Amino acid sequence: MKPRHILLAGAMAMSASMAFADCTNTVPVKTISNAFPAYEIMTGVMAGCGNVESELDKDHRLKIVDAFSANPSLYSMTSLTNSTSVPMIDADLLRPLDDLIAAHGSDLNPNQFIEIDGKTMAVAAFANTQHLMYREDILSDLGIAVPTTWDEYIAAAEKIQAAGVVDYPIGHYMKDGWNLAFVFVNHYLGEGGEFFNADWTPSINNEKGVAVLERMAKLAPLMDPEYLVSDTTFVTKQMQQGKIAMANLWASRAGAVNDPAESTVAGKVVMAAGLRGAERIASTIWWDGWAIAKNISDEEAAAAMKLIVASMAEDVIQANNDDAIWLAKGFVPGAAAKGAFDTAAGDAVPYPMNKYIGSMHSALGSGLAAFMTGDKDAATTLADIEAAYVSDAKEKGLLK
Amino acid sequence: MKKKTFAIFVGPSVFMMVLFIAAPLLSIFWLSVHVTQPVYEQVEVETCTPGLLGSVCTTELKTRPLLDESGRILTQTTFVGLQSYRNVIEPEKLRSAIANGSWRELMNIRFWSALRFTLVFTILTLPLVLGTGLLIALAVNNTLQRIKGPVIFVSLLPFIITPVIGALSIRWLFIGDGILTAGLEWWLDRDIAMFAQAWTIELMMYMYRVWHVAPFAFVVFYAGLQTVNNDAVEAAIIDGATRWQRLRYVIIPHLMPLVIFLTLIHLMDAYRVFEEIVGFSASAYVISLQWLTYEFLLQDGTGARAISRASASAILTMIGVAVLLGLPLRRVWRERKGS
Repeated sequence: MKPRHILLAGAMAMSASMAFADCTNTVPVKTISNAFPAYEIMTGVMAGCGNVESELDKDHRLKIVDAFSANPSLYSMTSLTNSTSVPMIDADLLRPLDDLIAAHGSDLNPNQFIEIDGKTMAVAAFANTQHLMYREDILSDLGIAVPTTWDEYIAAAEKIQAAGVVDYPIGHYMKDGWNLAFVFVNHYLGEGGEFFNADWTPSINNEKGVAVLERMAKLAPLMDPEYLVSDTTFVTKQMQQGKIAMANLWASRAGAVNDPAESTVAGKVVMAAGLRGAERIASTIWWDGWAIAKNISDEEAAAAMKLIVASMAEDVIQANNDDAIWLAKGFVPGAAAKGAFDTAAGDAVPYPMNKYIGSMHSALGSGLAAFMTGDKDAATTLADIEAAYVSDAKEKGLLK
Repeated sequence: MKKKTFAIFVGPSVFMMVLFIAAPLLSIFWLSVHVTQPVYEQVEVETCTPGLLGSVCTTELKTRPLLDESGRILTQTTFVGLQSYRNVIEPEKLRSAIANGSWRELMNIRFWSALRFTLVFTILTLPLVLGTGLLIALAVNNTLQRIKGPVIFVSLLPFIITPVIGALSIRWLFIGDGILTAGLEWWLDRDIAMFAQAWTIELMMYMYRVWHVAPFAFVVFYAGLQTVNNDAVEAAIIDGATRWQRLRYVIIPHLMPLVIFLTLIHLMDAYRVFEEIVGFSASAYVISLQWLTYEFLLQDGTGARAISRASASAILTMIGVAVLLGLPLRRVWRERKGS
């Protein structure tokens, strides 16, 4: 439980409840979700409807499978993404929403629905991806063209470092574990790599894998040396405090870096498309939304659905236009959304929605740090990660 | 004591030990030699997801677990013998590292590098905790009666703080431009990053553990000091023993049983080092055996956990504690037999 976020949600609720007061809720509803601005906004609106208790937690994905397996479920609804939907749908923990949408969801956009074999299992609120954010003033002062590939990005960062105008030219979410693995996943896709052979045995120990590691090693000296503990929030703060000049960051933070209330460099950060690897843009497209628990009463589920609809009502989206790439009605893509749209219009692919990548992502998460700290060379690192994936996937029954 | 009375007194304790210690241990051992997996089927699934520029529908062959009638994932359990233990300690890599005489290669195997840190952590902090505890106890014992209460209270504070909270607060003092890092940078006039290499993180972890548990040693020693025979001390003074000689030949021998007690407790506690790894986000640089177990227990993107390897790793940790406790326990045993 993160009291700070509940307070925040409560504080937002007070302001939100005045603006969007047509959603009175009488059934107690509990939500769990990721913690970043878009979810703060939506849970804030929900709280304004009454009887809603929200938990915002960056590590919510570690809780939801067990919490929703309970009967009754410990939460009425959860935030969900491509990745977190896999175990939830496999274990049949989510309620098909078609009848609830028919009853309460006439305001939703049809392209918000996540449909699996014809059944709607979740309602997306916004799309997310990772793209370049750069300090316009610094790049134009130094006469650096906006980079479009990772190689150009590294060259630009080296120039900025030589000029010494900021503490560190770039920031990157390279925290040991999920984040570090995610960097590899994106870059490997950007190189046109395939994670698996046809029989789901691993295939990352190759030229492309080595190229990705070499690039990650080149990024390291351009960052705060404590990058192995730096997550997305940390990089966002570095950007807001003017300590870095460029970052390839989640689109969901594009609003925050230019928010005058939090950022000392508001208005100076410009969004551009995700950076290219050898083959395609080294970013993945995500959807982010809400799903309702199977193990709750129909009454609670209906209340949850009404809250979901209220949390993405047209006036809410309009009031918070720049805080996410909203998929709901009322969104007008502005400067903050430019990076994400350019990334999607390019050739970035969605983060894979399958079980094997889950096991691979974990193996990468615990195996990559040894390369970054210099304990292992690239080939050993990749071979060890492949071995870790095989023994993990075998234990979990995914590989024979 | 009559047999029946003895049984009545000991019975509840034995019952509790079986219920809360023996039974869980046996079940963990059972888990470590079995693997439970979902039963998977391959099915073709049509999935429509929102893209940025409109819905994208794909039909793919997916691996999906079968569900039973009550809607739970169908699983099957198989006996795997020591396979999970092998997966944890990786004997082939171990053999190759030993054959090559390569320490670096050995430290690249997660289990062995975790064991290295765990042992160093345990053995290095032990004398520091005992020494610091004894020093504080002697100091408090010699302060004025009037301020003894407040001094004891302040000395105990680090022990009262929840370990993770304590570790996190020290982390915040040092991370990025934390107040102490900034202070050090100002003082030494150079850029310092405490979280950018293994040795500084390890150093902070040792310091933190000593800071955190020394108060416990202090309380125990302080209690022991109250029972020191004053006649013996006075006799030593009359014989012309210096302060150091009194400490070395009168007080420390008197406190010896407490030293053994604290050693046992510390070895058990420190071998299970975990909070420090979390608090100092050390996992990129150093991990402990408990962290390894925790990592196996963490859900991956498939929602699955490596329960079997986690259990194997837990059993190995327990064996490690038993071996470590063997030495001081043997000493106690011999002394018992001798007296």
